[in-house]
Amino acid sequence: MLADIMLVAGKDLRVEMRSRVALNQVVPFALLVLVLFGFALDADSATLATFTPGLYWVAVVLSALLAVHRSVSLEDGDGADEGLLMSGLHPASVFLGKALALIAQLLLLALVLLGGVLILYAAPVDDVALLLLTTVAAVIGVGAAGTLYGALLSGQRARETILPILLLPVLAPVVISASRAFGDAMGSVATDGWSWLLSLVGFALLYLALGSVGHGALMEEG
Amino acid sequence: MMSTVQTPNLMPEHATGSRTTRILGWSLLVALAVLLWLAFVATDPDVRIDAASGDEIGQFDAVRLIYVHVPVAIVSYLAFAVTALGSGMVLVRRSVWWDIVAGASAEIGAVTAGLTLITGSIWGRPIWNTYWRWDDVRLMTMLVLFMLSLGYLAVRRLEGTAESRAKRAAIVGVLLIINAVIVNQSVEWWASQTLHQQSTITDAAIEDLTLFTFMYAILFGIAGYAWLLIKGFRVGWLERQNERFGLADALEQRRAEAQQTEVVSAAVDTGTGEHS
Repeated sequence: MLADIMLVAGKDLRVEMRSRVALNQVVPFALLVLVLFGFALDADSATLATFTPGLYWVAVVLSALLAVHRSVSLEDGDGADEGLLMSGLHPASVFLGKALALIAQLLLLALVLLGGVLILYAAPVDDVALLLLTTVAAVIGVGAAGTLYGALLSGQRARETILPILLLPVLAPVVISASRAFGDAMGSVATDGWSWLLSLVGFALLYLALGSVGHGALMEEG
Repeated sequence: MMSTVQTPNLMPEHATGSRTTRILGWSLLVALAVLLWLAFVATDPDVRIDAASGDEIGQFDAVRLIYVHVPVAIVSYLAFAVTALGSGMVLVRRSVWWDIVAGASAEIGAVTAGLTLITGSIWGRPIWNTYWRWDDVRLMTMLVLFMLSLGYLAVRRLEGTAESRAKRAAIVGVLLIINAVIVNQSVEWWASQTLHQQSTITDAAIEDLTLFTFMYAILFGIAGYAWLLIKGFRVGWLERQNERFGLADALEQRRAEAQQTEVVSAAVDTGTGEHS
């Protein structure tokens, strides 16, 4: 099972290594969003620092949409999805493999963005451990839900317009929890960030489980 | 014009009305008139006298909105529950019947969720002095549920075979309820307070007629839901039939037309035919 997961994840990551779509297109987009927030909020550093947690997670979620599209489109062309189906891999392994590859890319994206807000928004950091663990847990949740909803829309021409309305409401709890946890880690909100982190872990585990089950139903139709 | 080949015709009238829905529909119209009379004429506005100052307090005429707001909210939750149930049945039994029920129910759910938000905002303006509150759990949950239902309806309109669409929609339909619960929980932690009126049905302050009208409105809403669901189901069923047999039907009709033309022109050529 683990070998299968790594096989699928390795495939997606190798495609990314060679095509550099996430690195050359998604990461710059995410940074652009940060810059636009700066323009929109008049580059007032006090305001930006206060709202960093929320702005950061909105930027991550918007960029994640692009990364999900990319992940799904890998299976769209050249009958790649049929190849996956014929490979005999368990659907759950395929799901977890694709989710893992997406999560790895999103993690890189999130870390670059984190550097971005620390530099551009001068966001203060009180609790590094909470900050990093929140990022990991939230990104796993986004990656798992994104992979599941992406698979739902595979092969659809209307995917680009439907994915946001499907996925963004689903990710609303992640944005809420991760922003709160970041607020605590950055000292801008008086709340218990660790309990928010726990809810993020719950969301991530739930969607990993739902995806593993749901992907089977999606794959057998072929 | 006669069709030469019998095509499957599971609903001869090609209509959504039947004896049952006609009776139900007309009864609902009468019941609606009664509801309007109860809500606007028979019941009093919510006016109380403040014991300390002697001023008139209360929600005044705004209280009448609960006769719309609460029923549509209840119907909305009911509709989404049926959608989730139907989606589950599609996944377990691959049932076409449940797929159409789930879709029809979700349409009603989306509309009533939208109405709940709108009527709530209209009520909130005079009572809370604001259209929208970010810290209200039920408000936020209903909003997200509304958006999730739009996503579900979009998935139902994807391209592909009916079976593939049904399966994708069923997965989204089951997730709809799971997501609604997650959102409800997270907003509850987030806001940790609610402006919403707690249930006042058991409150002795509610007068008998007001309580009766309130209950009557809820029953009316559920009966209306049933009527819409039957209609929606039949529309969905006809759409499915059209998808399966529509092209064959149309081809058949065109062929029949062509045959007639041939017969007519042949008759003209030989000089024995009659023009119609």
